[in-house]
Amino acid sequence: MSRPAPYGLLAEFPTPSGIVKAAAAVHAAGYRKVDAYTPYPMEEVLDALHLHETHVPKLVLAGGLFGMAAGWGLQYWSSVIEYPMNIGGRPFFAWPAFVVPTFETTVLFAAFAAVFGMLALNGFPQPYHPVFNVPSFVTASRDRFFLCIESADPRFDAEKTRGFLKSLGAADVVEVMP
Amino acid sequence: MASEAPPVAGGSRGPARAEHPVIGPGHTFATVTDKIASLVLTTKTPLGWFVGFGIAFSLFMVFLATVTYLLAKGVGIWGNNVPVGWGFDIINFVWWIGIGHAGTLISAILLLLRQQWRTSINRFAEAMTLFAVACAGMFPILHMGRPWVGAYWLMPYPNTMGLWPNFRSPLIWDVFAVSTYATVSALFWFVGLIPDLATLRDRAQNRAVKIVYGLLAMGWRGSARHWANYEMAYLILAGLSTPLVVSVHTVVSFDFAVGVIPGWHATVFPPYFVAGAIYAGFAMVLTLAIPLRKAYGLEDFITMKHIENMAKVMLATSLVVAYGYLMEAFMAWYSGNTYERFMMWNRMTGPLSWTYWMLILCNVVVINTLWVRRLRTNVPYLFFVSLVVSVGMWLERFVIIVTSLHRDFLPSSWGTYRGTPFDWSMFIGTIGLFLTLFFLFIRFLPTISIFEMRTLVPGAAPEEEKA
Repeated sequence: MSRPAPYGLLAEFPTPSGIVKAAAAVHAAGYRKVDAYTPYPMEEVLDALHLHETHVPKLVLAGGLFGMAAGWGLQYWSSVIEYPMNIGGRPFFAWPAFVVPTFETTVLFAAFAAVFGMLALNGFPQPYHPVFNVPSFVTASRDRFFLCIESADPRFDAEKTRGFLKSLGAADVVEVMP
Repeated sequence: MASEAPPVAGGSRGPARAEHPVIGPGHTFATVTDKIASLVLTTKTPLGWFVGFGIAFSLFMVFLATVTYLLAKGVGIWGNNVPVGWGFDIINFVWWIGIGHAGTLISAILLLLRQQWRTSINRFAEAMTLFAVACAGMFPILHMGRPWVGAYWLMPYPNTMGLWPNFRSPLIWDVFAVSTYATVSALFWFVGLIPDLATLRDRAQNRAVKIVYGLLAMGWRGSARHWANYEMAYLILAGLSTPLVVSVHTVVSFDFAVGVIPGWHATVFPPYFVAGAIYAGFAMVLTLAIPLRKAYGLEDFITMKHIENMAKVMLATSLVVAYGYLMEAFMAWYSGNTYERFMMWNRMTGPLSWTYWMLILCNVVVINTLWVRRLRTNVPYLFFVSLVVSVGMWLERFVIIVTSLHRDFLPSSWGTYRGTPFDWSMFIGTIGLFLTLFFLFIRFLPTISIFEMRTLVPGAAPEEEKA
């Protein structure tokens, strides 16, 4: 039975500046199927890998607009059409009063979109991922910085890529099995 | 965070300043992680935790017993009467909701204002928000008497009677504001927890514990792609929570301000309520933070800078609140309205005037001692002041609600009010509920945001090495 192809190579860096330098070099060398794993959000790594693009704001806008329309529509429909209540002769379509619940539903659905949109874009829940197979990867949530070049990258070459990652100052480079 | 952020080292959460550190000296990524995670993952629960939890849980039992009796007998066991139709139920509701506001202020507004010192206190302040809102919710829900049949006039849902709520009523706005606030606060809190849950998953020794935290972390692995979405979502949630937190106590104040009762019908209410909420909330954060940092040796993370800053926020908001008291009195006089003038005079000299003067003592006199730096940095004194503020804010709601209602427009309708033993046991019981939840939180979840603390470690931001 042949050995399965690796998912990629995982390089470990002990310092924040190490990962930033390496990420920049890896991107400059033309690798695109790359991901960095850091114990806290690092602007510099996102800059180096050009990963700033996120679709979260668009989802939030859509969620907020939906919440606004739904909140307003619910109040209009229930107060004017379905169940008009005459209270002291006040207008059924009391739009200033409707502003408050509409604001709340806007915020509510925008927040839902932000959270569930973020989780969906990240592919969560995702209990399994190949990098978890690397025993030292548990330190990615403590004090170590990792960079993974996937074997699916057209420039990936098991030996050359390993040598390249080593030359960037990686403390360790290990193969990630799928 | 967005790429147009100014090039401060470490993005918006740069390294700690040398003076007044926000983190004690000598910490590394590893020590921060290990210290905070060890509080949760230890197999040796401190004896003090059991004692504290035991007391809290006993008080929670008082709550459950009261609620059982309440549901059996009805709200007649409370002291509410005519003309004082709102009593402890609304006082306690407003008191608890107000306390929650500091958590959102710390987690959202201070994040947007790039205040680094929020980092070590935001997690438990947000937890405090959630638990305070849970306690607050008990009162209006149980005031309905039979809450299981009372939902149709609160929540818009298609019911067999074909009835819909009246959206022109501030009480319905309140339902929307508070339920949205509770939901968004919970989401915000959970999103902040995800990377820390992954840390706990990776550091847990026990397999069952690992699985539980692993399920909650949902597969978080600190990927740069994930951080990009995560940071954006977190920032947007902060942006959404900021107007939300202002709206919640504004809407709570509308419950009063939209009414025609002298003492309630005032335009100063929304800002005055919001400031009071933040004031009370910071007092509660201090009440919780001071014993917590002592008990768990967290002085390196919750430093004197945090304590002093919280004292300053409390002092500043107390001035807004004092302005509110002043304006209430001034407008009552300046309006020339007999009922308004009588209401204010009755508050100051009537049968319940002691509550008004106690309130002034707590919220205006004692708090202003914090102008003195030596007192502001004296931790036991600050703890005492934070308790005084909590009492003061409770009295404020008592004064607003009871003294405005107990003298109706016609002297023939005058009455008085006092809380019955069941009012008190229910109030003390919610303190038990709050503390029970808080003790469980500090045992099972990281009380300080680990991943955000890592950003404060010296050297977290690589300098001048951008691509």
